[in-house]
Amino acid sequence: MSIYTYETKKDTRSGFGAGMEYLSLTNPKVVALCADLIGSLKLEPFIKNCPERFFQTGIAEANMIGIAAGLSIGGYIPFATTFANFGTGRVYDQIRQSVAYSGKNVKIACSHAGLTLGEDGATHQILEDIGLMKMLPGMVVINPCDYNQTKAATIAVANYNGPVYLRFGRPVVPVFTPDNQEFMIGKAINLIEGSDVSIFATGHLVWESILAADILKEKGIHAEVINIHTIKPLDTQAIWESVSKTRCVVSAEEHQINGGLGDSIAQYLATSMPLPQEFVGVNDSFGESGKPADLMDKYGLNAASIVEKALKAISRK
Amino acid sequence: MQTQELISIASQVRRDILRMVHGCQSGHPGGSLGCTDLLVGLYFDAMNLALDSTNNQVVFNMSAMNEDVFFLSNGHISPVLYSVLARRGYFPINELSTFRKINSRLQGHPTPHEHLEGIRIASGSLGQGLSVAIGVAQAKKLNKDSSVVYCLMGDGEQNEGQVWEAAMYAPHHKVDNLIAFIDANGQQIDGPTEKIMNNRDLQMKYEAFGWKVLHVDGNDMAELQLCLANAKKTLGNDIPIMILMKTEMGAGVDFMMGSNKWHGVAPNDQQLEEALSQLSETLGDY
Repeated sequence: MSIYTYETKKDTRSGFGAGMEYLSLTNPKVVALCADLIGSLKLEPFIKNCPERFFQTGIAEANMIGIAAGLSIGGYIPFATTFANFGTGRVYDQIRQSVAYSGKNVKIACSHAGLTLGEDGATHQILEDIGLMKMLPGMVVINPCDYNQTKAATIAVANYNGPVYLRFGRPVVPVFTPDNQEFMIGKAINLIEGSDVSIFATGHLVWESILAADILKEKGIHAEVINIHTIKPLDTQAIWESVSKTRCVVSAEEHQINGGLGDSIAQYLATSMPLPQEFVGVNDSFGESGKPADLMDKYGLNAASIVEKALKAISRK
Repeated sequence: MQTQELISIASQVRRDILRMVHGCQSGHPGGSLGCTDLLVGLYFDAMNLALDSTNNQVVFNMSAMNEDVFFLSNGHISPVLYSVLARRGYFPINELSTFRKINSRLQGHPTPHEHLEGIRIASGSLGQGLSVAIGVAQAKKLNKDSSVVYCLMGDGEQNEGQVWEAAMYAPHHKVDNLIAFIDANGQQIDGPTEKIMNNRDLQMKYEAFGWKVLHVDGNDMAELQLCLANAKKTLGNDIPIMILMKTEMGAGVDFMMGSNKWHGVAPNDQQLEEALSQLSETLGDY
């Protein structure tokens, strides 16, 4: 049995909504914008508590990013919210020029990232957003793993001065991290210590990595599981310390392998400690319609795939 | 400020523009010359700017709290903005000589990335400035700050879809502390706007979106002063204001007017000399 258990499953976007509710009561500088998706982003409590600090932009994401940049000039901390596809890829140039290059304190907070959006299919299932955002100089990229961590991350990014991309999702997933945890931007969390292989996971794949470690343990393999909730800046010290012991790596993410967390880890290790690495992620393809769990199985984003890749990485040592 | 004084400053700004663009043999003189009178009229007359009480010099605060603020959405006419900001006292006039050169704060298109006083947002990729201006206007409302937000766009820039997202948003949200301008010079890079992508009737378009639309000759300083005063009086009625400003690209230099040829071309030595001979050096060249 795992050292991690859970009593409930919740969606990470509800963690975001809870974080925004907290900020509505505690930080008068926080404002929210939304492009016609209030319910999906769980913003109702924020709007109820401070309607004057909410801006409905309609289905016009480019304008939303510009207005957010303007609000930040006026001293506010805007959270620009929509689905991840519309909040990143659709408005890349607006984010690049008006937010990143201009150094604005804008939080781009997006739900429905990745395959687990489910039935809506590939038009909405962005799998490139981490790559797009991490390429922008100065952009912080965060992908928390459960409800509690998303709530904590939301509160933490409001206190950080600079552009942030906060990514979360639609499906309910186990709530296994502590309630009221302190979220440290850029500080990876070692969930399970091990000596045979390092599994670095982000977002929904963190829980799958815990399950994978249990399966590996039954095979006599001690996997280390590290939650990389912040993809940029990457906690290279945590990675270095882990791989110094294990000497091989698996990365796991609900994202394209190209441009994702695994890419960042590989880039770091190539220049510091080249080691066998295997990647769990979507391999240069679009998603499709289906139930979230079925999609994760079909595209190999589950505990079984992590186990398979871990065994392969170990065999390449 | 007296109209004649403003005209005199504008002459110097036009000289600056030509010399900056000539100095690096790149940049956009046409639209810069066309919008010179507006920017001089704003920064030296219409706008209430934050001043240091000890010496009455302008001071730059990113937040623009309790002062009027201007956003240049068509960032390629950076020469006119840089010259006006320097002449108004935001940064040393001599720095204009670094325009578009390596290690300069005066990038080809304006950016706060280099910490140049007077610049609050990057522009260059078109269509984004009006959205930013609206955001600042809404921040001012939240801050109970009654100052005014100004934004200039190009008429070619009206091709960009984001402009119309912002056009729809501002009246819906009653952003009535905002005065926007379109530099209606009728030209864009590939030719006359009516041939490249016809804007048709911008007055009807903006009125249909819920704006109050005014007209002005953007190269007539007296008319500009009057129009800006009228526009300010109209603020605060739930309705944003759009001023369609007819200008001549290259205004002030006879051989640069009347075409799009000088949109993004620098004059050579001879052309510079001929152009400068038409503009008095009123404040001293940098």
